[in-house]
Amino acid sequence: MARLDRMTDGEKKYLLSLPCPTFGATPWAVPPSLNKCRISIVSSAGIHRRGDRPFEPGASDYRIIPGSAEPNDIVMSHVSTNFDRTGFQQDLNVTFPLERLKELAEKGIIGSVANYHYAFMGATEPQKMERAARSLAGIMKNDGVDAILLVPV
Amino acid sequence: MGGLSHYFEDEGLPTTQISLIREHTEQIRPPRALWVPFELGRPLGAPNDPAFQTRVLTEALKLLESSRGPVLKDFTQDAPDDRTYGGPPACPVDFQAYTEAVSEVGQLLKAFKEEFSQMQSWYDLARQERGRTTAQTFGSGAAKLIDVITRFVEKGSLAVVDERISQGTALRTAVEDLKAYYLEAVSIQPGQPVDSRSLADWFWGQTAAAQVIQKIREICKESRDDSLKHTTHALIPKNQLHRFE
Repeated sequence: MARLDRMTDGEKKYLLSLPCPTFGATPWAVPPSLNKCRISIVSSAGIHRRGDRPFEPGASDYRIIPGSAEPNDIVMSHVSTNFDRTGFQQDLNVTFPLERLKELAEKGIIGSVANYHYAFMGATEPQKMERAARSLAGIMKNDGVDAILLVPV
Repeated sequence: MGGLSHYFEDEGLPTTQISLIREHTEQIRPPRALWVPFELGRPLGAPNDPAFQTRVLTEALKLLESSRGPVLKDFTQDAPDDRTYGGPPACPVDFQAYTEAVSEVGQLLKAFKEEFSQMQSWYDLARQERGRTTAQTFGSGAAKLIDVITRFVEKGSLAVVDERISQGTALRTAVEDLKAYYLEAVSIQPGQPVDSRSLADWFWGQTAAAQVIQKIREICKESRDDSLKHTTHALIPKNQLHRFE
């Protein structure tokens, strides 16, 4: 369905009308080899631990998801109702692949999984998240993170 | 999502990402992205298919081995059930009685409560079998949810749910909890289709809960509370609104 050619005209028009910024040159940082990388997931699905503050419209901050969180700890408060949630309801990993990432670490395909992961609420324009993202980068580096896996919704 | 990659990478942290809308990724030009053809909400493709999810994840992670960028690679395989339309699930109760000519709020809420009660056993089973639920954002149970929803429909106001959040967010969260409650319940029933379209057609086309949400939407539209007014657009998906117009 994320193939635009399979969408109705209305859905296509709506998606292409969503704000989409333009950046200058693409920055490029070099990671260690994959089998040595310590990886953290950053999701824009507006997920968080149960009982944590839900995301408000326009939220530019993030929520912390400990690597030890159980699937039953994670809920979603993304402000958009225009994407499927039934996959997430049936299996957390289709939206937030923490268990799959841990399996890849056990197999030695990646080095390790970070202790903390993070979620933004992707309906907010990314420019408004810049400050939080840059600050979070420093925190992740202090935590030994080598690379980030960004997962949209 | 791609925007964040610019900030992280600029701070010296390498990123790789999954892309759902190729046209956006082409414009944002993140350092490394794997475009996937899956529907919005399912970036790893298919629930309960660890092998498929691992293939997607591994492809995305391997982009970290690229020597130069930006890299935008396509994952061309469709999710296993992406184009399977099973049709709306059959229901354990006859909701038809509730979806026709329910005009009075009292009748609607009565039908809704009965329907909700019918879903309870399936919800409990789903929670037990999956070991999780996404339906209780605040950790409170079904009785509290019914209370919040019916009170809003009857009085147009909410009891204080959480002082940290706006009325609109409290209401939206309760409505999402309600949808999750029903959809988790029906998708555990044996032999039911679990693709997103079948489930959406069932919920929005056949349940009293959907009509209650439409009632909530009408109240929000007229509300003087800005956060509630804005919530008008966050309750029913755009592609289901035609049912209520």
